Amino acid sequence: MVTIALENVGVTLGRRVVVQGVSATLSPGSMVGIIGPNGAGKSTLLRAMLGLLPASGSLRIDGEPLSGMARGAVARKLAYLPQGQTLHWPLTVERLVALGRLPHLAPMSGLSADDAEAIEAAMHRADVTGLRGRIATELSGGERARVLLARALAVGAPALLADEPLAALDPGHQFDVMELLRAEARGGALVVAVLHDLTMAARYCDRLLLVDRGRLVADDPPLAVLTPARLRDVYGVAATIERHGDAVTILPSARVAN
Amino acid sequence: MTPPRAVLIGGLTVLILLSALASLALGAVSLAPARVVAALAGHGDAVASAIVIELRLPRTIIGLAVGAMLGLAGAALQGYLRNPLAEPSVLGASNAAALGAVGAIYFGLAELHPVVLPALAILGALVALALLFALAGRAESPLTLILAGIAVSTLAGAAISLALNLSPNPFAAMEIMTWLLGSIENRSFAHVWIALPCIAIGSVLLLFDGRTLDALTLGEDGASALGVELRAVRLRLLLGVAIGVGGAVAVSGSIGFVGLIVPHLVRPLTDRSPSAILLPSALAGAVLLTLADIGVRLIPATNELKLGVVTAFLGVPLFLAYLLRERRIW
Repeated sequence: MVTIALENVGVTLGRRVVVQGVSATLSPGSMVGIIGPNGAGKSTLLRAMLGLLPASGSLRIDGEPLSGMARGAVARKLAYLPQGQTLHWPLTVERLVALGRLPHLAPMSGLSADDAEAIEAAMHRADVTGLRGRIATELSGGERARVLLARALAVGAPALLADEPLAALDPGHQFDVMELLRAEARGGALVVAVLHDLTMAARYCDRLLLVDRGRLVADDPPLAVLTPARLRDVYGVAATIERHGDAVTILPSARVAN
Repeated sequence: MTPPRAVLIGGLTVLILLSALASLALGAVSLAPARVVAALAGHGDAVASAIVIELRLPRTIIGLAVGAMLGLAGAALQGYLRNPLAEPSVLGASNAAALGAVGAIYFGLAELHPVVLPALAILGALVALALLFALAGRAESPLTLILAGIAVSTLAGAAISLALNLSPNPFAAMEIMTWLLGSIENRSFAHVWIALPCIAIGSVLLLFDGRTLDALTLGEDGASALGVELRAVRLRLLLGVAIGVGGAVAVSGSIGFVGLIVPHLVRPLTDRSPSAILLPSALAGAVLLTLADIGVRLIPATNELKLGVVTAFLGVPLFLAYLLRERRIW
């Protein structure tokens, strides 16, 4: 169980203000989507939550200031799935997924039975068990994305912060991944995902943070955030929002001036 | 199929023992293995004891230790910089240490005391490290570090060339050349005691971070999110290279190629993760350098060949064979 509390968080990279004045409390058991146009500061906000970027304002993990926590302690609480990750060595899939156990290993010790179990479970859930012996750098983009998801799941952290987990996935696997993330949240984890697919965001998230030009412009349940007026203002698109029972579809139809 | 790790380590250890025995037995006078073992055990005949204990044992120990250090430093740097071209000289430690040694010869300081030359070599490596930190200490990317390393290395190389250029007589020039080509001829136990502590400290610092190097497979952010303190890792790694390689170069001169090729040779025999190649690279480096040193002694030539020349000639065919087999991976 992890709560991430942001208060007036800002990030300045170089001399450019990328994120400013973001306040929100992200609670366990919820699936939170971060949406917004390209360059709005979504990934930067996510990286700031992990302590990977120096941020102003107050960032607390379970009440404890993030800046004062050791990297190892953060790593056991927050798992991170970066966007379009480059792999620098041709490791096997199994070896790569096992990297997720690093935060739990005592110095100079090998993987324990618990670690092996967590690795198996993560590979099974991300549907990559069949790829275990393959070289990760030789996989297709979608296969690799799932392997990296398994790597993040293997951490077994109570919070998962994923940057565009759906990029490079076919429609079937997009649903699989969203189901998986929602199951994580239903199991008590905090899931935060940067998403571009508004339909997926609307269907699976409990709450959406809409970021535009570094500012948080909306923070509500999906259908309260995704209104035609707001999509026009923020994304510059005309869109229709269709509802078929529980299933929502957001259909951008044309570019408009915003 | 990759062999189990115990088989790999065991096999390399056997190779080390065999090459060490060969190094003690072979040379201008060849000794039977039984005489070598007897001399080591302390009850050999006087001639064998003198040759084995006083002449060949220090040389063999230095060959093994320097080879291990170069192999380990190469493996650690390739993992840390995530660059298959990295080797111990890439951060300037080798050249700077050689410059320290060359300075000792050029200014005649080496004649004051046998310890002066290696001490200046280690000092050279540490100065290079300080310079490297001043240039790239705060930078995040490995590329900045490589570029700064190349600057330091080139500067030290230029200073060595200057010393050669201005050297007062051909004998001094020859001696300076020795430090550029590498040699472990005529080494005594004094050299062993200078090199071993540095190499031991360097090895511990480099072996400590194996898992961190694995985490860096996922890049800086990925590793940091897995709990790695990047600054501490960088400090340990650079100190390890400067002290370890500095100590090695102080007694052997700058020996190229071992640190570059050894990690590539052992990598296919492991799961290819950076941590898995550290220890095997140290062991294989020790074997390769010892074999090259035996070659130096046995190849008939008017001048005794320099070690760095032989490691390159021995290493290039191995390296090419590896590249042709493995190129689909890169």
